[in-house]
Amino acid sequence: MKENDQEVARAVGALLESQRVGVLGTFGAGSPYCSLVGFSFEPGYGRLYFATTRATRKFANLSETGRVALLVDNRENREEDIHEASAVTAVGPVTELTGTEKDRGAAVHLTRHPSLAGFLESPTTALLALDVERYFLVRRFQEVMVLEVKR
Amino acid sequence: MNLLIPFDRLSEEDRPRAGGKAWALSRLGREGFPVPRGAVVPVEAYRAYVGPTGLRERILLELNRKPFEAMRWEEMWDAALRIRNFFLKTPLPESLRAALLAEIEELFGNRPVAVRSSAPGEDSAGASFAGLHESFLNVRGASAILERIRLVWASLWSDGALLYRQELKLDVSESAMAVVIQELAEGERSGVAFSKSPVEEDVSLVEAVWGLNQGLVDGTVAPDRWVLDRSSGTLLRHIEAERSEAVRLAPEGTRKEPLLPELRNRSPLEDGEVGRVWSLSMEAEKRFGCPQDVEWTFLGGRPFLLQARPVTAGAKGEPGSRAWNLSLRRSFENLKVLRERIEKRLIPALVKEAQDLSGVDLDSLEDEELAKVLEIREEALARWTKVYWDEFIPFAHGARLFGQVFNDRMQPEDPFRFIDLLRPGRMIGTDRNVRLEEAAERLRQDPALRSSMTAFRDGRDEGDAAVFLEKVSSELGKDTDLALSGEETRRRLAGFLLEMAARPSMPKRSGEAREDLEKAFLDRFQGMERNFAEELLDLARASYRLRDEDNIHLGRLERLRNEARDERLRRSGSVPSAGEPARAGANPLPVRPRQMVGSPAGPGLARGRARVVRDRRDLLEFKAGEILVCDSIDPNMTFVVPLCAAIVERRGGMLVHGAIIAREYGLPCVTGVPDATERIRSGDTLTVDGYLGIVVVHDPE
Repeated sequence: MKENDQEVARAVGALLESQRVGVLGTFGAGSPYCSLVGFSFEPGYGRLYFATTRATRKFANLSETGRVALLVDNRENREEDIHEASAVTAVGPVTELTGTEKDRGAAVHLTRHPSLAGFLESPTTALLALDVERYFLVRRFQEVMVLEVKR
Repeated sequence: MNLLIPFDRLSEEDRPRAGGKAWALSRLGREGFPVPRGAVVPVEAYRAYVGPTGLRERILLELNRKPFEAMRWEEMWDAALRIRNFFLKTPLPESLRAALLAEIEELFGNRPVAVRSSAPGEDSAGASFAGLHESFLNVRGASAILERIRLVWASLWSDGALLYRQELKLDVSESAMAVVIQELAEGERSGVAFSKSPVEEDVSLVEAVWGLNQGLVDGTVAPDRWVLDRSSGTLLRHIEAERSEAVRLAPEGTRKEPLLPELRNRSPLEDGEVGRVWSLSMEAEKRFGCPQDVEWTFLGGRPFLLQARPVTAGAKGEPGSRAWNLSLRRSFENLKVLRERIEKRLIPALVKEAQDLSGVDLDSLEDEELAKVLEIREEALARWTKVYWDEFIPFAHGARLFGQVFNDRMQPEDPFRFIDLLRPGRMIGTDRNVRLEEAAERLRQDPALRSSMTAFRDGRDEGDAAVFLEKVSSELGKDTDLALSGEETRRRLAGFLLEMAARPSMPKRSGEAREDLEKAFLDRFQGMERNFAEELLDLARASYRLRDEDNIHLGRLERLRNEARDERLRRSGSVPSAGEPARAGANPLPVRPRQMVGSPAGPGLARGRARVVRDRRDLLEFKAGEILVCDSIDPNMTFVVPLCAAIVERRGGMLVHGAIIAREYGLPCVTGVPDATERIRSGDTLTVDGYLGIVVVHDPE
């Protein structure tokens, strides 16, 4: 990768590392919907994890479309956010994990969110993996770069 | 909140809120130096203005469009002009305004005052903002003073001040400004004094002019100069000036006047007075604990101190550096002198030299002769490139200076509206486009010629087409790239002309709006001021026009050098590079742009396919409706502009060639897009938003 491409990739990584919670975007029953979720990631940021109970609207929505967007940003609710904040949106297919994949994902997720141990153990909770196709990085209010994730 | 603090009530703790200048003046007063009465509007007032009005965030947003270090000085100019307009267009919150007016009125009434910057950190030993921020002399009445305060605040964001703070690594987001209001001392004789010369260890300097020292400070009135021994004050040398003018108070502000004949032969200071001024500077050094640079004026036979700051050494700058840039801040008078020199001497000399160098048939030269020709052309190009940086580029400041005056008077919504007034009737680059357009029009009118040209383009039959192309080439002049010989190039020119003929002719832009605007602008000036406005407009037009011509003439020299270099390479067996191969079909990049941000340089919105031009040879491939994406447009490329839907340029600035020509043709234009030619590929679908300065790269369809 060229230097300026690497810089974009580094900025995406740094943003994901700096935040614990993101905004999940789903679509279902003719309407878009957003929810806050705690997230975690595999090294290299190709796969993101989050968890939800199955009775939620977001779970119904993502089951219907099989795709989600997750926005992670560093705004601080100050006027300066307009020029200082950056945001990254990950998009791609989402799957509920089972078996060894679920064990692996749960270990990663709990390292980042130890307080969610009880929540993850519940039989009504689903652990989901977002296999990121691309990231959209927004900085300086208007600059948008797309980072394709290699498979 | 205390919005106006008299000098005699300032204490040591107030230094951060009062700024260096106010603090130094108050301390001088307390120490018993003669200082005109004054007060400071502390930084809290500035913050109470830029915070609640949202101005602070608008400034930061403007400055964060791209990484600060990636901005060219021209872009800083543009950003500074935009920010200055924010200040002009944003009224003070009513409560702040009322409170300030009342306090200023009470303290100064209708007495004439000077309004000057006093930024925290300014005039400290490590940093001197001398001349970077604005000051105003001879202002009367609270509301006029308040108006100037706003302009002094705005000058915190001047291009020079921005560059300087960046260089000192000061946090731009924390910048604030205090303002000094000081009763005007209308001195008969004024000047500066350095207790220690910035360049020589053992001597002090005193400089003096008749009248106010504004002319001395901005370099338009030459001062008498005395060199003194620093330890004893013994006079070593007196260098007399050619005294012809003095700056004096006008009904409002100041003006330069011819000096009375009896003063021309008289030095502004007697020998004894030089000693008194020197003593003042040495006394100030003693009180402040480091060498001082003071401004003084004689009033009623007594010297007053107007300002004192630590002596900082000035550095000489490389092209593009800050010091170099500061030298661009030439005053109107200096620009007039520069114009004379450029128009009368430099441009004709450049044109003549290019002509003299062009009459050589390179093919017929022996290798040794060719080497000599190349050497001569290299030398000429290097010499003129230096002139370009030293003289042509600084002259571009004429257009900026006009822009600032225009915006101050007209307060337009668009801070670059003034460019419409500078647009000339004709420029060399657009002349050529007119001739191309005429050729295209002939093709539109003549179907037989059109089909002959189509056949020629496709490698068939010559006939009328060859004759027509020959004629067009000669009309364009042998110096343009379009007049190249060779079968292939002529076929491409045929294709290009057909492309031009295939779309309707360009509407001519009306000159009416421009005349109205010119009248509206000039009507804002009365009497003497109107002469100044007219002169400034004329100067600015010359400055703007030259941005086109100097590039064309220098481009001619560059081409001559390249021809000789290519011929040499050809003989040595290595073929000159034909530019990068087309990148169509390359692998998808891991990182691609979706939205790229530059500066809005031509209003409008357009969508179309990108044509990335890396080499002038790419230009003849241009198809109507494409968006020109390039590193920087030079005037030799502008012939494709009539075919463009929009222009995207990596190089930034509102007065770069791309922006000028885009405005000429009413095309959307975004300049200063980082990595534009690397990130965008020919064939990408783009939306160019010339209002906001955004380029959207659409997903492949």
